[in-house]
Amino acid sequence: MLLTVTEMVIVGLCLLVFLILLAFFLGYMERKVAAFMELRLGPNRVGPKGTLQIIADTVKLLFKEGFTPDAADKFLFNLAPGIIITTALLAVAPIAYARGFQIWDINIGVLYISSVSSMAVIGILMAGWSSSNKYSLIGAMRCGAQIVSYELSIGLSLISIVVLTGSLSLNDIVESQANGWWIFKGHIPVMIAFVIFVVASTAEINRAPFDLVEADQELTGGFNTEYAGMKFAMFLMAEYINLFVVSAVAATIFLGGWMPFHIGGMTGFNHIMDYIPSSIWFFGKTLFIIFIIMQFRWTFPRLRIDQLLNLEWKYLLPISMVNVLLVTLMAIMGWHF
Amino acid sequence: MTNEELKNSFTQIFPAVTFDETGEFLNAIIPSEELLPVMKVLRSSKEFLFDYLFCLTCVDWKDHLMMVYFLKSNTHNHTIVVKAKITDTVNPQIESVYDIWKTAELNEDEVFDLFGVKFLNHPNLRRIFLEEDWVGYPLRKNYVDEHMIEL
Amino acid sequence: MILGEEDHINEEGEFVINMGPQHPSTHGVLRLKVWLDGETIKKVEPHLGYIHRSIEKMSESLSYRQYGYLTSRMDYLSAHMNNLACALVVEKALQIQVPERAQAIRVIICELARISSHILWFASAGLDLGGVTPFFYAFRDREAINNIMEETCGARLTMNYMVPGGVIADVPSNFQARVKEVLKQFKDNYHEYDEILMGNVIFQNRMMDVGVLTKEDAIALGCTGPVARASGVSCDIRKLYPYDGYEKLQFDEVILTGGDSWARCQVRMAEMLQSVHIIEQLIDNIPEGDIVAKTKNVIKLPKGEFYQRVETARGELGVYIVSDGASTPYRCKYRSPNFANLSAIPHISKGHKIGDLIAIMATIDLIIPDIDR
Repeated sequence: MLLTVTEMVIVGLCLLVFLILLAFFLGYMERKVAAFMELRLGPNRVGPKGTLQIIADTVKLLFKEGFTPDAADKFLFNLAPGIIITTALLAVAPIAYARGFQIWDINIGVLYISSVSSMAVIGILMAGWSSSNKYSLIGAMRCGAQIVSYELSIGLSLISIVVLTGSLSLNDIVESQANGWWIFKGHIPVMIAFVIFVVASTAEINRAPFDLVEADQELTGGFNTEYAGMKFAMFLMAEYINLFVVSAVAATIFLGGWMPFHIGGMTGFNHIMDYIPSSIWFFGKTLFIIFIIMQFRWTFPRLRIDQLLNLEWKYLLPISMVNVLLVTLMAIMGWHF
Repeated sequence: MTNEELKNSFTQIFPAVTFDETGEFLNAIIPSEELLPVMKVLRSSKEFLFDYLFCLTCVDWKDHLMMVYFLKSNTHNHTIVVKAKITDTVNPQIESVYDIWKTAELNEDEVFDLFGVKFLNHPNLRRIFLEEDWVGYPLRKNYVDEHMIEL
Repeated sequence: MILGEEDHINEEGEFVINMGPQHPSTHGVLRLKVWLDGETIKKVEPHLGYIHRSIEKMSESLSYRQYGYLTSRMDYLSAHMNNLACALVVEKALQIQVPERAQAIRVIICELARISSHILWFASAGLDLGGVTPFFYAFRDREAINNIMEETCGARLTMNYMVPGGVIADVPSNFQARVKEVLKQFKDNYHEYDEILMGNVIFQNRMMDVGVLTKEDAIALGCTGPVARASGVSCDIRKLYPYDGYEKLQFDEVILTGGDSWARCQVRMAEMLQSVHIIEQLIDNIPEGDIVAKTKNVIKLPKGEFYQRVETARGELGVYIVSDGASTPYRCKYRSPNFANLSAIPHISKGHKIGDLIAIMATIDLIIPDIDR
């Protein structure tokens, strides 16, 4: 009993440290990607190639005053960052990082992730409402409409793979891709599902061009206008962890997770691919998707709220519904590889 | 229309006008009480069609205030300057031309703020630049700023 | 839980927010009081005066050589055109013949300033809609133009280059080469602007049919410049009342009839090319000669009233001088383009969403110090 508890604590701590380092890395990566796209250098003063810049920023945020506005609902105001970061952390648990390396092999992994990540809306609504700021309130209300809508497309595109695999467990889904990734095996319907998943999850985690919740230029920062210091840093960290989670899920479901690039029937080729460690495959795929999502942010202007909802309800949702039907037909007839 | 024709037509609608042609434009000076009916004719009458009020301001001549309206017609491409003389400098009043040219709203607010001319029937007359409780009208010649420090 | 003033939510259930004076997309200290129904705008009321410096009052105690310098601080992106208006009104009153070399230099510098101003509009329009990258793209050209300004005028923002009678200093010897270099760079970059922002489907959808200003309203509200030209009003002062030799140059007045934000964007993009065209005609043909006409040390305007207008990057700037014969103006009034264009915002933003108000403000392209003066 004691041993189990100690093990859980150690694993939990390792995961926390890993996620903090990951958030640092993604913060650095975002700045460099932005700089690369905007014809500038990005951070290059603190540490070699500016790698320590994000540490310096964190230290600065740590020392800032944890400010609570006078008119705010103080309890909820301070609780909200905790809820947001907790929901972000919860979703990390069932992800398979490498062959045989999974913190929690739960048999309903896909369902778990999609249900836990949708709880983020509670934290954002709480932050926006308790700030007692009109811009925050508008941002929070937008968040409600946005996250609830885009949840549907995410769910439907996940279902298409669940239908093909016949399992909700992430491990089973990865194993099912031993003879090729679903994006190649599943023909065009799975590719459509993949695109819809990436677009909808960008909206789900409130990144540009769907960052209406923050919308600096309209709402001066949206739901986190009133937050400063470490509380603000927690929002930032939650954003990067969410970014990692959705990319990892996309990589796991559509691109085979840690599974190397296999072609069904070519045993020799598959063996050569197996020499590359599975963790490199996993992180390579995840970072590739993160890179794509970051490029969205630095390329597109923001949508308007009604355009955002039109995109979901008039385009993404009908397309994914038809798509699920196609995938189901494909699964029944066994047309996939 | 040339300035000469403008003068003739103007005299027909309002005989008590005086003209001043020293500057670039034709200046028509009328008493402030007659402003609104004259302006309405200038805007709507086919021969004038002054649809564009491109500058509205006021000049403090110490013994009287002079409202200045620069009017241009985009159809006939002629320009006229209408000046309305306000003799009461203590409590100056004039009709608003907002109903004729919408651009007058903010411009009249500005004149009210800096000259203290009160515009009758203005939709939202307020001190647009200065605070609500500012004492005096800064662009008047007799305005004294007690905070000013002589160097 | 919104506490504080009573009128945050009024009797009709409207949500009242103050956009500004500190707000990322008002480009300065403009304050718009916005009445909202959900996300829909019911009413907008501008509140001004946060950067009012009483330039008109100060001008009354400055000489005719000095008063123009204050105008650099009005529309700081069109500082050259503002200075030019002040110089032109003195030249008109005293009937000074400006040397041809000075006129050519003035036109080149003004058109460079116009490109620089429009390119900054492009940058900030992208930024206002949440696209950060166009900002950095646009600054390549603005930076190059600013370098030319620095070499020519010694300043990058408040130029003070135009003086009564001509320009304050001759252009440097490498001026022509540098300008040609910048024009080439600009033309090479121009297609990138089309690709990254103007050709983006999200940007187009944000702009099209947003904030439609009809021709009648544009005239009635006194709008000028690209805002009015996008609504089909011909109001380019360079064509209607040419000054400084614009009548000798070949260029088109860009007029569109859409009247929406998208038309305003297109007008500005097209105007930049027209400015390039104007500079190209002049840059190899700058006449030799004086750069400034002889004027008396103390300039005194004859008794009377003088009005001079120029086309700044944002529309018609009018300088109205009432002189009583002294060495300072008796009354100096600036008819600023932004003050008139501002009155379009409450009119055209009704019924749109908050995000549209930002798009409308971005395309009206307000410079707040020019509104307040």
